[in-house]
Amino acid sequence: MSHEAALHTHESHGHDDHGHHEHHDTFLTKYVFSQDHKMIAKQFLITGMVWAVLGGLMSVLFRLQLGYPEASFPWLESILGKWAKGGQITPEAYYALVTTHGTVLVFFVLTAGLSGTFANFLIPLQIGARDMASPFMNMLSYWFFFTASIVMLSSMFVETGPFSGGWTAYPPLSALHDASPGSKSGMDLWIIAMALFVVSSLLGGLNYIATILNMRTKGMSMTRLPLTIWALFFTAVLGVLSFPVLLSGLILLIFDRNFGTSFYLSDIYVNGVGALSNEGGSAILFQHLFWFLGHPEVYIILLPAMGMVSEIMSVNSRKPIFGYMAMLGSLFAIAVLAFLVWAHHMFVTGLNPFLGSVFVLLTLLIAVPSAIKVFNWLTTLWRGNIRFTPGMLFAIGFVSLFISGGLTGIWLGNAALDIHLHDSYFVIAHFHIVMGVASMFGMFAGVYHWFPKMYGRHLNNSLGYIHFWVTMAGAYLIFWPMHYQGLAGMPRRYFDFSIWESFKQFADLNRFISTVAMIVFATQILFLINFFYSIFKGRKVTDPNPWKSNTLEWTTPINPGHGNWPGEIPEVHRWPYDYGKDGVDFIPQDVPVGEHESSH
Amino acid sequence: MNLYLSIAIIALIFVVIFQIAKASEYVSILKGEENSRKQNNKINGFLMIVFLVLGFVGIYVCNELYFGKTLLAYEAASVQGDKWDEMFWITLAVTGIVFVATQVILFWFSYKYQEDENRKVFFFAHSTKLELIWTAIPAITLTVLVIFGLRNWFYFTGDAPKNAMVVEVTGKQFGWIFRYPGKDAVFGKKYYKNIDPATNSVGIIWDDKYAQDDILTEQTMYVVKGQPVKLIIGSRDVIHDVGLTAFRLKMDAVPGIPTTMWFTPKFTTKEMREKTGNPNYTYEISCDQMCGNGHYSMKGIIEVVEQEEYDLWMAKQKAQYYTAFPEKDPEEAAKAADAGGKVKAAEAAKVPADSTAKVATAKM
Repeated sequence: MSHEAALHTHESHGHDDHGHHEHHDTFLTKYVFSQDHKMIAKQFLITGMVWAVLGGLMSVLFRLQLGYPEASFPWLESILGKWAKGGQITPEAYYALVTTHGTVLVFFVLTAGLSGTFANFLIPLQIGARDMASPFMNMLSYWFFFTASIVMLSSMFVETGPFSGGWTAYPPLSALHDASPGSKSGMDLWIIAMALFVVSSLLGGLNYIATILNMRTKGMSMTRLPLTIWALFFTAVLGVLSFPVLLSGLILLIFDRNFGTSFYLSDIYVNGVGALSNEGGSAILFQHLFWFLGHPEVYIILLPAMGMVSEIMSVNSRKPIFGYMAMLGSLFAIAVLAFLVWAHHMFVTGLNPFLGSVFVLLTLLIAVPSAIKVFNWLTTLWRGNIRFTPGMLFAIGFVSLFISGGLTGIWLGNAALDIHLHDSYFVIAHFHIVMGVASMFGMFAGVYHWFPKMYGRHLNNSLGYIHFWVTMAGAYLIFWPMHYQGLAGMPRRYFDFSIWESFKQFADLNRFISTVAMIVFATQILFLINFFYSIFKGRKVTDPNPWKSNTLEWTTPINPGHGNWPGEIPEVHRWPYDYGKDGVDFIPQDVPVGEHESSH
Repeated sequence: MNLYLSIAIIALIFVVIFQIAKASEYVSILKGEENSRKQNNKINGFLMIVFLVLGFVGIYVCNELYFGKTLLAYEAASVQGDKWDEMFWITLAVTGIVFVATQVILFWFSYKYQEDENRKVFFFAHSTKLELIWTAIPAITLTVLVIFGLRNWFYFTGDAPKNAMVVEVTGKQFGWIFRYPGKDAVFGKKYYKNIDPATNSVGIIWDDKYAQDDILTEQTMYVVKGQPVKLIIGSRDVIHDVGLTAFRLKMDAVPGIPTTMWFTPKFTTKEMREKTGNPNYTYEISCDQMCGNGHYSMKGIIEVVEQEEYDLWMAKQKAQYYTAFPEKDPEEAAKAADAGGKVKAAEAAKVPADSTAKVATAKM
């Protein structure tokens, strides 16, 4: 559709419903209880960023303890009070920080902050819809997330401290009030926050699925969807099928904690309390329920990043993504396998060895679609014409980290190797690289790439470059040496290593890692400054399609209103990856197929 | 004061970086978007190669510094460990080749195909042949790794040899309790409601005929070099994990669900001290499953000794039954007889009425 035609339709439908919201939007309906998917996306993003800063800060604090176990920091006591008596973090505080860091980063930042933001922002814009299938449910999804955030935050201020038994919350530790101070009211709040979070992600997920299936514009067949949308679709399906299992597991946990049931408890004698009456439960049952979500959760975090990276790489290489169908097939394979590998987190729980062997096979099978994705990304770069925007740099960084972290997955997925490496620093290195940092890179790539669409302004490029290179180098400097610590058997979640003959030899390395972590954290502040400064003062976007991209979001005005397109929604005539076809740099999806055009 | 100073310095650095970045944006506007983009491409393309080269240098340096501190620097201390190490090297070779190849390609392509006005991009949307090749190669490679892995997995988790010594390990917040079955080589039954931290830390049912010669020790476990050891693992409160880093094995300790693990130690603690050159070396048991605030201090020790030394140590151990009921201990009884009737009467009064009441509730 030409621009004149669009303008014309806009005029003739001037009083059409899609424009009308802007006329009587109050501050409250526009910025707070907004039902516009773009505003909800920004709410998810900014709440996610707040949590990322808090979660990052927690990691800096516990890295301080690991790097400088002997030192005393009087300022810590002034911030943390009794949790840092004499300027040293107590074990209670250390474990609370580690636990909250994990919970917050996995769920609040990399699930809500990542797919909440980009599913909301990109789905209607890229499939050609005016909004989500149910804007109201979408709004609820954010406010459940917000409430979950508040409850989680409040758990940090209870007398006995927040939950401190690790983000996986294994009972009996999480079920017994007397097993740890963090398992008192802090744990109840943790469960309530997570339950609210599950509701949020279900409301969101159902909406994303319904929107993608039903609200595509004319001509937008499923195989013409950008890979971002496919990735977000599989993510939503994974979430909808697996989050309820976590919720049920948590409800049973609440019963065990407060109402005397024995789902997870049996044969327990607590120091200072005596033998409990619970018999016949299984502590392992919770692990099955938890990891039935917990493993798909890894892909809930990773798939959106993969989708965005595919899109950003293709746009900035000025080349079609290589093997669209293979990319789609591998996404599908990963999504299916995600449900069949959960017990690889449980190889050392006493699992039946035969069952373990089945999970080994299925786990290592995931390496095949993952390898296909990597090779396809590499081929996308081959003979392209690469523009190094900050978004593209983060996409390349993602691939590098995904390779590094993915390969150690082959180690840990093989039960015979896991039987030694399980719960060691090797595991920390593995999942931080492949899931934590890589997905974070996907998120950064997405923010840099779609910021002009979100706010009508550009982020500062130079700050983006500094941000990328420091973070990229930092990620490897922090996590690469941890593989060596893991190979020395160093266990996770240790407050102090000084009494251990085999582990205390890494004191200098711990100090080095902690120092780098602080520098990397400071660099993220630079990104925040860039982000908030550019919202208000960034260079204005002048070209509605600044990256010369094919997808539909760039056919909207620079600052799209509620309803996205002022006129009719454009019709789609082709797939989104016609870059460099027949010598033409790019052909947007809404351009009709020419008579003599070759098919791809 | 130091804190405020460092915050001020960091803030200052931020302001400087921010101002430079802002200035560079003005410069790029003056130069024209096209020109500044070209310049940025050159710089970042170059940095890609720099990162690749420095990355490999970094890996080399890291390996020089820390490989010697990993367990792989010297021979594994168990038969299982040897198999683990063999698998480690195979997996490292396979993943190492893939790692180097893909990372080099990624950064090299990024550098080589940076924007160039004269290049016409190659419209290459798919190739079934290529895609089949790189589906098949990983699939075959992984099959090999799975076969190796499962062979070892079934060996590690399989039955312990018949001649294995059996020790029961119980985790508690925050320490380890070991039980030896005594002369009859059979453990007495136990029930968790019988637990008494002072005299019966694992809840042994004393009326069981196999129970009375069971030996309990805390924190240190003795095993014999070259003889397989089978551990029966349990927990009193929350989930713990028996982590035996030197033997390359670990297994969870779950309340209510016993687990097992076996290994064959190859070197005595003394021999390991010589091998590692560390006179303080001990085989440590680390708790590898988050178990509460004392998790990091939940340490046990395994003393691997020759048979003679083990026999000497074992001879010194007293059955736990006699700690629980000193009046039934023949040695104590002899002493008490010497001391006179008064004390004996007093001791008899302390003894619990009978343990049958407890057994009545036992399920095992």
